[in-house]
Amino acid sequence: MLEIIGKVHKIIGPVVQARGIVNAKMLDLVEVGEDHLVGEIVKLEGEHAAIQVYEDTTGLAPGSSVYSSGLPLSVELGPGLLGTIYDGIQRPLEVIRDSSNSVYIQKGIHVPPLGREKKWDFKPGIEKGAKVEGGEIIGRLQETAFIEHRVLVPPDVKGTVAWVAKEGSYTIDETVMRVAAASGAETEVKLFQRWPVRKARPSRGRLPLRLPLITGQRVIDTLFPQAKGGTVVVPGGFGTGKTMIQHALAKWCDADIIVYIGCGERGNEMTDVLMSFPELIDPRTKRPLMERTIMIANTSNMPVAAREASIYTGITLAEYYRDQGYHVAIMADSTSRWAEALRELSGRMEEMPADEGFPAYLPTRLAEFYERAGMFETLCGSEGSISIAGAVSPPGGDFSEPVTQHTKRFVRCLWALDRQLANARHYPAISWLDSYSEYVDEIADWWQERSGGEWMDLRHRIMDLLQQEGKLQQVVKLVGPDVLPDTQRIILETCEMFKNAFLQQNSYDKVDMYCTPEKQIKMLRVILDFYKLGLENIKKGANIHQLRKLEVHSDIMRMKFSVSNDEIGKIDTIREKLHKSMQQVAEMYE
Amino acid sequence: MRNGDGMKENKLMEGREYIGISQVTGPLVFVKGIHNVGFNELAEVVDSSGHVRLGMVLEASDGAAVIQIFEGTSGLSIPDTRVRFRGEPLMFGVGSEILGRVFNGIGQPIDGGPPPMIEEMMDVNGLPINPTAREYPRKCIQTGISAIDGMNALVRGQKLPIFSGTGLPHNKIVAQITRQAKIVGEDVQFAIVFAAMGIKHDVSRYFVSNFEASGVLEKVVFILNLADDPSVERMVTPRVALTAAEYLAFHENMHVLVILTDMTNYCESLREISTVREEIPSRKGYPGYLYSDLSSIYERAGMVKGFSGSITQMPILTMPNDDISHPVPDLSGYITEGQIVLERELDQRNIYPPIAGLPSLSRLMKDGIGEGMTRGDHAHIASQLFAAYSHVKDVRALAAVIGEEELTPLDKVYLDFGNRFEREFLSQGEYEDRSIFQTLDIGWKVISYLPKEELHRISEEELNKYYGK
Ligand SMILES: Nc1ncnc2c1ncn2[C@@H]1O[C@H](COP(=O)(O)OP(=O)(O)OP(=O)(O)O)[C@@H](O)[C@H]1O
Ligand SMILES: [Mg+2]
Repeated sequence: MLEIIGKVHKIIGPVVQARGIVNAKMLDLVEVGEDHLVGEIVKLEGEHAAIQVYEDTTGLAPGSSVYSSGLPLSVELGPGLLGTIYDGIQRPLEVIRDSSNSVYIQKGIHVPPLGREKKWDFKPGIEKGAKVEGGEIIGRLQETAFIEHRVLVPPDVKGTVAWVAKEGSYTIDETVMRVAAASGAETEVKLFQRWPVRKARPSRGRLPLRLPLITGQRVIDTLFPQAKGGTVVVPGGFGTGKTMIQHALAKWCDADIIVYIGCGERGNEMTDVLMSFPELIDPRTKRPLMERTIMIANTSNMPVAAREASIYTGITLAEYYRDQGYHVAIMADSTSRWAEALRELSGRMEEMPADEGFPAYLPTRLAEFYERAGMFETLCGSEGSISIAGAVSPPGGDFSEPVTQHTKRFVRCLWALDRQLANARHYPAISWLDSYSEYVDEIADWWQERSGGEWMDLRHRIMDLLQQEGKLQQVVKLVGPDVLPDTQRIILETCEMFKNAFLQQNSYDKVDMYCTPEKQIKMLRVILDFYKLGLENIKKGANIHQLRKLEVHSDIMRMKFSVSNDEIGKIDTIREKLHKSMQQVAEMYE
Repeated sequence: MRNGDGMKENKLMEGREYIGISQVTGPLVFVKGIHNVGFNELAEVVDSSGHVRLGMVLEASDGAAVIQIFEGTSGLSIPDTRVRFRGEPLMFGVGSEILGRVFNGIGQPIDGGPPPMIEEMMDVNGLPINPTAREYPRKCIQTGISAIDGMNALVRGQKLPIFSGTGLPHNKIVAQITRQAKIVGEDVQFAIVFAAMGIKHDVSRYFVSNFEASGVLEKVVFILNLADDPSVERMVTPRVALTAAEYLAFHENMHVLVILTDMTNYCESLREISTVREEIPSRKGYPGYLYSDLSSIYERAGMVKGFSGSITQMPILTMPNDDISHPVPDLSGYITEGQIVLERELDQRNIYPPIAGLPSLSRLMKDGIGEGMTRGDHAHIASQLFAAYSHVKDVRALAAVIGEEELTPLDKVYLDFGNRFEREFLSQGEYEDRSIFQTLDIGWKVISYLPKEELHRISEEELNKYYGK
């Protein structure tokens, strides 16, 4: 299988220059040296090649052989992906741990991504003689308790079914179908297939976005919604809450499948997910969250070239489930570390740097990645989507740097994390003044239906108050709030309430960590009623202190914790109490 | 570390020796006409007087290598210098006898004692821990310092740096932590690995006498690269230290506290090498891979399955110009699990420890506190203190503009709370060791200066139980 295609000439960290190269293609997967370190050809020039090596090159010496399989860097796609944690080039970390019997990741380990022993109960859904094309469903099997795995014809296969396996248990290596092409040549189809990570999997085409990706995070769903098939960027300085948001999405968003890419971040954060997800229950399926999750972990201290690949590995796995007709959500934490890997590799290859040392092709690469998101009509004729949330870690928390700026060009939703908010422990620290979502209009119908047609109006009213408050705060900073008339102080008061009682959401609180859309709507109504009735009362002569002292004020402030998702009727009670209390205040001035 | 070489004899023989080098630039030596030299491997460079310096191969190609010399290159001549390649990366000989000993920045004993017994030679570069083999850290370390225990609790296995500035009392704080650190309800003693990178002799002395006074010297491993030691050596000093820590934690099952000071000096050495190599600089002249390099140090903390030991890291770094957005604190903050930030203004007002209320953060706190670990109200009181103190900052800013008299009555109460918080909660004696319960009680005492209605982050039951008590 592997042939020697050249010799190592020079080693510069993760980049290896090879000479005497024959018979190699750009992006071919190669193995380098005695340890058979995995790498990829990223540059070809005559008989010289640059190879980015996915493992630590310590000890590698010039003159070592370079081997190639002639194939590009690919992933294995089949049952067994869900619930697994991989490194950036799809090596299963748990298998590595158990087979090497070490807590460390040694070099030169080769294990297949998908287990070869496990048998799956395959139910064929097609008959001999049928015409099939790439992407078609030929059978099904239960991958996890809730996720049905749809076995697909590989995209490049087409023809007549010459033979199909009977219903039964098969390993992924066994052939379950043979397809005869027009020429008569037969292709064996198995329960798994391979696909090169740097190439998007085909679909029939894009569909318009119309569904929100519900996250259970109020500031997101209500103010800056993400769409199924949409893209969002989350920039923020260190400790402002990017990872917490990504984790919240992975836990609670209403996608069918989650692909979580830990790209150049902390080991403990991956451990956290690994420990908590098997225990957390998906509110919709009532099954452990791990059963719908695939994790890619290439932590900051793992080889930098594999970090570069991890993003592509992740999105290719996502596309495979999309092709089966699922809604997939990807979290990439952090795309800055990916861009830095790109920069490091580019620097080692002595390419001309552009902005801040990043290669000139950074924007192209970013665009290619985010363009793989969307709502699609799949080759099997159903609807599937990929939504991407990418975290960005700007140096010094300064959003004017290249990765933030370029990413903003390719995504349509921005959750800007604010250092001041994070320092004040206002979490999620998503700034309501700097963030935006271009999806509001596209997904509005969904919300209108659930709110008796009120959602757009509620949302506009609160956004408007927040804008007004922003301006009033400028004044307050100079002269204090006391000089403002109460008709304006009620705006400050309502926004203060909205920030505390609605926007802030504690990910560690059992009740508050997830908030249903219905609860969000009810909470928002109460807060806006407080404003409306309060303003009326002030106009009648009441003052702001009276309103703050109302007992119901406290009830509203605590409703996010005190009312759980399955007893939201209690918010109606609070609302009634609000109306009554306000009525009593009004009566004092009538 | 030399004496473990017996078993390495064979490899050494393989290593070829070359006479004459082709170029010397700064700390780098270029050698030509060589064969089969591996990337990152150790080289011995011998000058005309026979003095041996160690170096590391930074770049290897057919017939040529670039070596970074730890001790510096002064006195090396082109024709007479001999280079021996060792065929392996820099190793540190570990064993339980390293406790109580002093090593230089590349792991050679310098305290005049006999060479410690070596049980294993370990590659100082370490290997990445498999995330699936990690154990999530959950046990709170009581440091006896309210600002830490109450609001930024340190967890065993965490990496929590101190972001300081020149002249701020970071050394005092770290010394206090090493004296007082304990696990509530457990009787464990921490082993300490103390790595100095470019710090002054008297700072190093300060720590030695502090450890001496608390009688823990024999539980400390010193890896010292002081201000007047070769700066290139600093590149491996933290790695040697962490190799020692990994041995103690994951072979001897000890709980290890690693103090790395000062990471800013480490980063400067890295920048120096990068500049000499003419690499494309990123921010402020630091190399683009500073993040990856720092994480190869900071990520060597934590706990792993199958071993009861742990590595807790407390790196100290001085922020140039007190600027938290400078690449060194910035990239550190992106890797560590929170940060304790020292504030000059508090220090000037004579508040010790001057731990800044808002920018400090411990990310692992949430899992180490609460019922059964510290106390059920811990998370809420901490969150409320943060929220209230944050409002104090706003009120102070406003008061500076409009004058205190013009503040609303409520804001005046906040001002009062702020002062009490700083005087009673934050501030404490250098030798005052507060239990976590004392800390929480003081927290409640100061928060009770605020009216009940202001405390939205505390539950009704907790208010009934603790407010104003
Ligand atoms: N919704 C939330 N609820 C409670 N705490 C939160 C929330 N969001 C953030 N935090 C707090 O902020 C800390 C930092 O958050 P997080 O780790 O997500 O930051 P980050 O932006 O990913 O930082 P880095 O760039 O360094 O990785 C958390 O450890 C937690 O204490
Ligand atoms: Mg993060």
